[in-house]
Amino acid sequence: MTTKINLNGIAKTTDSAPSSPLLYVLRDELKLNGAKFGCGLGQCGACTVLLDDKPVFSCLTPLAAVADRRVRTIEGLGSADAPGPLQAAFIKHQAAQCGYCIAGMVMRAQALLEKLAHPTEEQIREHMEPNLCRCGTHMRILAAIHEVAASGVLHAKKGLK
Amino acid sequence: MRLKTKIAGLCTIAVICGIAALTWALQPAIAPISSAAPMTNDPQMLTRGQSVVALGDCMVCHTSNSGAPYAGGLPLRTPFGTIYSTNITPDPETGIGSWSLAAFRRAIRHGVSRDGHLLYPAFPYIHYTQMTDKDIEAAYAYLMSRTPVNYTPPDNELPLPLRFRPSLAFWNMLYLRPGERQTVPGADHQIQRGHYLVNSLGHCASCHTALNAIGGEAKAMLGGGTVDGWEAPSLTTLGSTKVAWTAKQLESYLRTGLSAEHGAAKGPMRAVTERLAEAPQADVEAIARYIMSIQVTADAPLQQTASHNMPTQQGATLFAAACASCHSASAPMSASAQRPSLALSHSVNSDNPANLIQTMLGGVPWAVPHSAIYMPPFADVLTDEQIISIAQYIRADIGKLPPWQDLPQKVVHARKEIHP
Repeated sequence: MTTKINLNGIAKTTDSAPSSPLLYVLRDELKLNGAKFGCGLGQCGACTVLLDDKPVFSCLTPLAAVADRRVRTIEGLGSADAPGPLQAAFIKHQAAQCGYCIAGMVMRAQALLEKLAHPTEEQIREHMEPNLCRCGTHMRILAAIHEVAASGVLHAKKGLK
Repeated sequence: MRLKTKIAGLCTIAVICGIAALTWALQPAIAPISSAAPMTNDPQMLTRGQSVVALGDCMVCHTSNSGAPYAGGLPLRTPFGTIYSTNITPDPETGIGSWSLAAFRRAIRHGVSRDGHLLYPAFPYIHYTQMTDKDIEAAYAYLMSRTPVNYTPPDNELPLPLRFRPSLAFWNMLYLRPGERQTVPGADHQIQRGHYLVNSLGHCASCHTALNAIGGEAKAMLGGGTVDGWEAPSLTTLGSTKVAWTAKQLESYLRTGLSAEHGAAKGPMRAVTERLAEAPQADVEAIARYIMSIQVTADAPLQQTASHNMPTQQGATLFAAACASCHSASAPMSASAQRPSLALSHSVNSDNPANLIQTMLGGVPWAVPHSAIYMPPFADVLTDEQIISIAQYIRADIGKLPPWQDLPQKVVHARKEIHP
């Protein structure tokens, strides 16, 4: 059985079982290894991707649930040569130590900054709360998000998706 | 002539009612007190006050999700509109810092603010009115010893007629019986204590009793109600669950928010169990024993249906990816953390699917220090149709119970009302 999804703006057809978590389909079949397996229980956020512009834990998102819906992953935001605004800010602020949580952090922040032009410190902290970082780089992560939030660039691009 | 007599009689009754209501509506202001400093440093009084406030669940309503303790601002969505809880920290300007004990006692017993305006019955003064003087004094001492917070909650969102507070006097005439009550004659001390805690301080009936059209509590006390889109289950038919509740299980559930035989406390009940965790164990034991003593003979225990003829393949597929990593029998959470099977959960076994829908959409948020009970929200992951499929699968294949007839409407309604 095949499932059609819109992945980073491109129509894709997958052969994985509809009962597979989206994370496994992304990594194993589609070879997009940005989203990480952390806990598999929706408790750490390392697997966060955007589903119809909202952050979800892809480890608990059934492939069957995303048929004909829009999925975006870290690979859709930019590349090593041409990083997106949040990716560039995370690099500038050296927000990664081990880096395992970072793809999920960037995707969750992306959803917020597309929705709100200038979120407050409190709104950013509340929004990022589901994602864990064990290295403790939270202050750098927040600094990177603040920098992009101040520019308003992601909110302005909203209509262009 | 007879008509005239009738009219005269009716007029007299109307006038008497009017005067009575007027006397209830017109309450004088009680002079403010000047010092916001703690009234007492008596540690025994403060400890007692802490228990009273925990057992009275003051904090559950008087603290918003992001606000300071007791500073209010939590929206209470009633059928009549949204009421924001008030600031009960000792801030003289925005809280109760200028309230004397007499003003506080009048609020508790009669639902009247210090300046004389009538409080909305979202504040459960019809239950608190039965509190002992000693408990009122202890609660006052404890609240006045909290950190003052200068914060004014948002204005209530109520239709015009209800903004006219003196009209509450009529409601009070119907539902308020001021003052302490005799408890259960002949019962032992623990049951008496439980009766007091459930019906007065704990005001369990505020949620667990159905409300009539004007927000009065229905006759079937503690027979089950709804609050904020959640079902507050009947507390008088605890024997008709798959595993019949025992006083021990109930006590443990009330203190930990989790019962290995029945499931976790969710929605508004979660905060209640967090407060009861701070209350004296003997009091929670008394609550559990009293509740078990008021059980009515209900329908026979839930009968599982051997088979169903509902197509649940779609639900099974979605369950496998979204739910099974925690809720399958072999998942570590079930196998080693001894979480109850969904087959035992009240949310699955109730005639009302509201709590299962609420939990699937909103999850069970992290709460410190009870963070071991957690579930992520699925509102952004699953469509209404997918939520319905999973709920049907859980109800039929795991719960082994007949389908919910009103499931689709309830899912659409829940998402619109609570997760817009």
